[in-house]
Amino acid sequence: MTLFVDIGSLDDIPRQGARVVKTAQGCVAVFRTADDQVFALEDRCPHRGGPLSEGIVHGTSVTCPLHNWVFDLNSGQAQGADKGGVLTYAMQVRQGRILIDAGLIRRSAAA
Amino acid sequence: MKRKLVVIGSGMASGRLLEHLFDAAPDAWDVTLFNAEPRGNYNRLMLSPVLSGEKTYDQIVTHDDAWYAARGVDCRFGEPVVGIDRANRVVHSNRSSARYDALVIATGSAPFIIPVPGKDLPGVVAYRDLEDTRAMMDTAGKDAVVIGGGLLGLEAAAGMAARGARVTVVHLMGHLMERQLDPAAGYLLQRDLERRGITVHCKGATKAILGTDRAEAVLLEDGTVYPADLVCMAVGIRPETRLAVDAHLEVERGIVVDDALRTSDPHIFALGECVEHRGQVFGLVAPLYDQAKVLAKTLMDQDAVFAPVQTATKLKVTGCDLFSAGDFAEAPGREDIVFRDPGRGIYKRLVLENDRIVGVVMYGDTADGAWFYGLMKDGADIGPMRDTLIFGPAFQGGAAADPMAAVAALPPEAEICGCNGVSKGTILNAAAGGACTLEAMRSCTKASASCGTCTGLVQQVMALALGGEVQDAPAGMCKCTDHSHEDVRRLIRSMGLKSIPAVMQDLGWKTVGGCHSCRPALNYYLLAEWPLDYRDDRQSRFVNERNHANIQKDGTYSVVPRMWGGVTTPSELRAIADAAEKYDVPMVKVTGGQRIDLLGVRKEDLPHMWADLNAAGLVSGHAYSKGLRTVKTCVGSQFCRFGTQDSTGLGIRLEQVLWGSWTPHKVKLGVSGCPRNCAEATCKDVGIVCVDSGYQISVAGAAGMEVKETEPLATAATEDETVAIVTAFVQLYREGARYLHRPYKWVARVGLDWIKAQIDDPATRAALIERFEISQSVYRRDPWADLSTPAEVPRWAPLADLTLEAAE
Ligand code: SRM
Ligand SMILES: Cc1cc2nc3c(=O)[nH]c(=O)nc-3n(C[C@H](O)[C@H](O)[C@H](O)COP(=O)(O)OP(=O)(O)OC[C@H]3O[C@@H](n4cnc5c(N)ncnc54)[C@H](O)[C@@H]3O)c2cc1C
Ligand code: SF4
Ligand code: FES
Repeated sequence: MTLFVDIGSLDDIPRQGARVVKTAQGCVAVFRTADDQVFALEDRCPHRGGPLSEGIVHGTSVTCPLHNWVFDLNSGQAQGADKGGVLTYAMQVRQGRILIDAGLIRRSAAA
Repeated sequence: MKRKLVVIGSGMASGRLLEHLFDAAPDAWDVTLFNAEPRGNYNRLMLSPVLSGEKTYDQIVTHDDAWYAARGVDCRFGEPVVGIDRANRVVHSNRSSARYDALVIATGSAPFIIPVPGKDLPGVVAYRDLEDTRAMMDTAGKDAVVIGGGLLGLEAAAGMAARGARVTVVHLMGHLMERQLDPAAGYLLQRDLERRGITVHCKGATKAILGTDRAEAVLLEDGTVYPADLVCMAVGIRPETRLAVDAHLEVERGIVVDDALRTSDPHIFALGECVEHRGQVFGLVAPLYDQAKVLAKTLMDQDAVFAPVQTATKLKVTGCDLFSAGDFAEAPGREDIVFRDPGRGIYKRLVLENDRIVGVVMYGDTADGAWFYGLMKDGADIGPMRDTLIFGPAFQGGAAADPMAAVAALPPEAEICGCNGVSKGTILNAAAGGACTLEAMRSCTKASASCGTCTGLVQQVMALALGGEVQDAPAGMCKCTDHSHEDVRRLIRSMGLKSIPAVMQDLGWKTVGGCHSCRPALNYYLLAEWPLDYRDDRQSRFVNERNHANIQKDGTYSVVPRMWGGVTTPSELRAIADAAEKYDVPMVKVTGGQRIDLLGVRKEDLPHMWADLNAAGLVSGHAYSKGLRTVKTCVGSQFCRFGTQDSTGLGIRLEQVLWGSWTPHKVKLGVSGCPRNCAEATCKDVGIVCVDSGYQISVAGAAGMEVKETEPLATAATEDETVAIVTAFVQLYREGARYLHRPYKWVARVGLDWIKAQIDDPATRAALIERFEISQSVYRRDPWADLSTPAEVPRWAPLADLTLEAAE
C-alpha cells in the first residue's frame, strides 16, 4: 500500500502550471491541469535536463521549455517522434490538499 | 477481334468500371454506353455542393466527351434502355439497339416516392440527378419542404437554405438520420440545422401534397400545413431492377449477383446500387468502387471476389460534422462509452461488444473518426486502452498529443479515403513520387476525389510525407487548428472573442488545451486586441515571459535590468554589483544590447534580486520578451564632435514610451547621431539616423538569422514627430503581424507602401498612437515590482522540500 504525505494545497499550483517539490530523489514537478487533474513527474527532461515544471501545460501534456519535447503527464512518456520518458509518482488530491507518495521522503530510492 | 460490351447506365459504379477496364485492357472491348440521363458520368455525390453553390456542374464531371472519344466509346446518352433480348444478346432503346458479348447492368436505384395524393404535381422532385438539383437551385426566396430527414434529405435542405429558400424538413422518425445517429447526435444535428434557419419537424407523417396545377403546400397527418413551392421527396431508394425483371433475371430486392458480379445469365453482369449480393443491397459509393474493380477483372477473365466491407457515413453539409459507422443499437452485452462537450456541441459514442468496437457515432468533432473506424474494421481488442479510448489516438500511450501525430501514428494500411479505398501508404507513396498538391494527389490516387470529406486528412498525410505544408492547403496556425494566424486574428476581432477558451471553442480547436505553439500566440492576439478587457494568461506564456527572466541551459535564469538608451549611473552600477555578489552570480556580462546581464540566478532568488534592483531604481529590461528590448544609442550631439542631434536623449525617450509593450516578436531600436551610425541603427527593427535637418526613420532591418538593411519609412523635422511616427509604426505592427514575425517579415508581407500610407495619414496615425497609449495604460509597468511582493515571493520557491523532512 502506498503511504501519502501532504505537500500543500491545490490552490498553491496555478491551473495549467506546476510547482516543484524537492525530494531525496531529485526535484519532482507537480502539475495541475485546466480541469484540476494533478500529476507528479520527475522534473528533469531526458533530453538535456530541462525543468518540465516550467513548460507550457496543454491538455494533459507538458512541453519542455528548453527544446519543446512534449510529455504525456499520465505516462511520463515523450510524444511523437521523440523517445524517452520521466518517472511518474503516485499522487492524490483530498479535500483540496495534495498528497504525494511518501516513499519520496526516504533517502534511498524506493523503486 | 474486340468483343462487344454494352453498359446500361452511366453512373458512379459503371464509370469506375470503365476506367479500370480501359486502364488494364484498352483494346479488349468495343463499348456501347446507354444512359437515361442526357449526359455522361459525373460525380453524383457532389450534387450537394452544386446545389449549395459551392461547386458548379462542370467541376463535377468525371468523364467528358473527349474522354469517351479517346476510348472509342459509343455513347447513347438520353436513351434509356427499354428491353434486353437475352436470346439474341441485343439491348433496345426506343431509338437504337446494340448487340453484346457481355452486358453490364448499372442502372443504380430509383428514388422511393411515397404514394400520397399530389405526389405527381409539378414542383415535386426527388434528389437523384442534375435535373432534380437544378429544380432545387431555383428556390431562393421561396418555400421548400423536404420530406425525409436522412442523409440525402438534409443535404437537399441545407443546399436550398444556402440558396436562400425557407426550408422545412419533415421526418417520420423521432430524430434525424436515425439510421446513422442515435438520438443525442440527432438532436445536435437538428440544433445546428435550426441555427441556419431550417425548420425541422420530426414524427411528421405526410398525408398529402396540396395544390391545383402545382405543389403549393404539404399536409401532415397531425393537420400541420407547410407552404411549399417545391417539395423534395428524399425518403429512400430502391434498386432500379425493372429491366432485369422483364428479362427474367433472378431478382430479389436487387438484381442477384455472385461474388464475381455475374447475374443468373452468364453473359450479363451487374454492379452498383441495382444489385443484391448475398442478401445485401448498397447505398454508398465505397463498396460500389470495390465492385467495379472486381467486375473489371471478371471481364478480363481473371478471378476476383467481391467482399463488402463496412462503410462509414458522413454528411456533406458544411459546418455539420458528423461521422457514423457500424451498428449502435442497444443490445444485451453491449456497452457504451460516451463523451460530450455541450459547450462545443460535441458528442462521441462508441459501442463496444467483447472489447471490440461495433459502432461509432460522432458529432461536432469527427477528427478521430478514421481511427475508430480502423479499429472497428480490424476488430482490434481495445481492452488495454478502454479508459482513454474515447479521447482518440492522441491520448493513447506512445501516440502523440496532436492530430498530426495521430495521423502519423496510423498504420500504412489505414484507410484515409473511404470512397476510393485509398490507404495512408498509398498517399505517402504518391507524395514521395511528387504529388505535392491536392489536385495532383486526386488525379493520381483518387484520394479525396469523390465526396471530399476526407480532404483535411489527406492533406495531413501529405504534410506528413512532405515534411511541411501542402501547397494548396490552408496553413493552420498549428496542428490544433486549420485557421491561419491571419484568420484567427480577424475572427477574434469580428466575433468579439475575449478569452483563450472562447477562441478554442468558437473556432473549433482540435485539441483540448491547445499546444505550446498556439497558446502564446492566442494570448498575444487577445491582449493586443482587447488591452482593457483581456487578462493576460501567464500560463500560456513561454517560461521566459512567465518568469520575466531568460531560462538557461541548467534551469537557472539571467537577469538584465533596463539601461535606458544604454546610459547608466555609478549608483546603478553599484546596485548591480551588490546584487551580483549577494546572489553569487557566476557571470556578469555586457550584452550586445548596451546593458549588463547577470547570468546563472536561481529561480527562488529572482524576486529578492528584483526587489534589490528596484530599490536602486532599476526595472526589468525585458531581455526575455516578445516586446520592446533595447534602444541602442550613440553619444550624439551631447559629446560627439560629429553629432547632429541628441541621439542619446531621443533613444531614452523612445524607450520610455515603448517599454513594457508586448509585440508579435521582439522589437529593437537604434538611434545614431549622424550617418556614421555608431548605434548600428540601420539593421534594427526601427532605426533612426540623425542628420542636420532632422531625423531619418527607417524600418524592417534584421541582424539575426537574417541580415538586412532597414528601408526608409519617413523623415521628421522634430523629435516629437519622430516619436509619433515610431509609436504609430510599432502599433501597426502590433495589430497586424502574425506572432513570431519580426517587423521585417511583416513588412515584406504587407508592403512598405501600405505602411507608409497608414503612417502618413494624420488621422490614422493619431488613432494608432491613441490605441497604443490605451494598451500602455495597462502594460507600461515593471513586472519585477509586481512579482516581488510579499504575496508573490513564496510562489518562486519549491512547493515543499521533502529532503528537510527526511533529515528530521
Ligand atoms: C544576452 C545576449 C547576448 C550577449 O551576451 O550579448 C543575447 C542572448 C540571447 N539571445 Fe540574442 N542576445 C543578445 C543580443 C542579440 C542581438 C544584438 C542586438 O540586440 O543588438 C541580436 C541580433 C539583432 C536582432 O535581434 O536581430 C540577437 C539575435 C537573437 C536571435 C535572432 C533573432 C532573429 O530575428 O533572427 C535570437 C533568437 C530569437 O529571438 O528567436 C536570440 C535569442 C537569444 C536568447 C534569448 C536565446 C534564448 O532564447 O534563450 C539568448 C538568451 C541568453 C541567456 O541565457 O540570457 N538573439 N541577440 C544579448 C542581449 C541583448 C540585450 O541586452 O537584450
Ligand atoms: C445527392 C446525392 C448525394 C450522395 N452522397 C453520397 C455520399 O456522400 N457518399 C456516398 O457514398 N454516396 C452518396 N450518394 C450515393 C451514391 O451517389 C450512389 O451510391 C451511387 O451513385 C450509385 O452508383 P450507381 O452507379 O449504382 O448508380 P448511379 O450513379 O445512380 O448511376 C445509374 C445511372 O443509370 C442510369 N439509368 C437508370 N436506368 C437506366 C436505363 N434503363 N437505361 C439507361 N440508363 C439508365 C441513370 O440515369 C443513372 O445515370 C449520394 C447520392 C446522391 C443522389
Ligand atoms: S548567439 Fe545568442 S542564442 Fe546563440 S549562443 Fe550566443 S547568446 Fe545564445
Ligand atoms: S531538455 Fe527538454 S527538450 Fe531539450
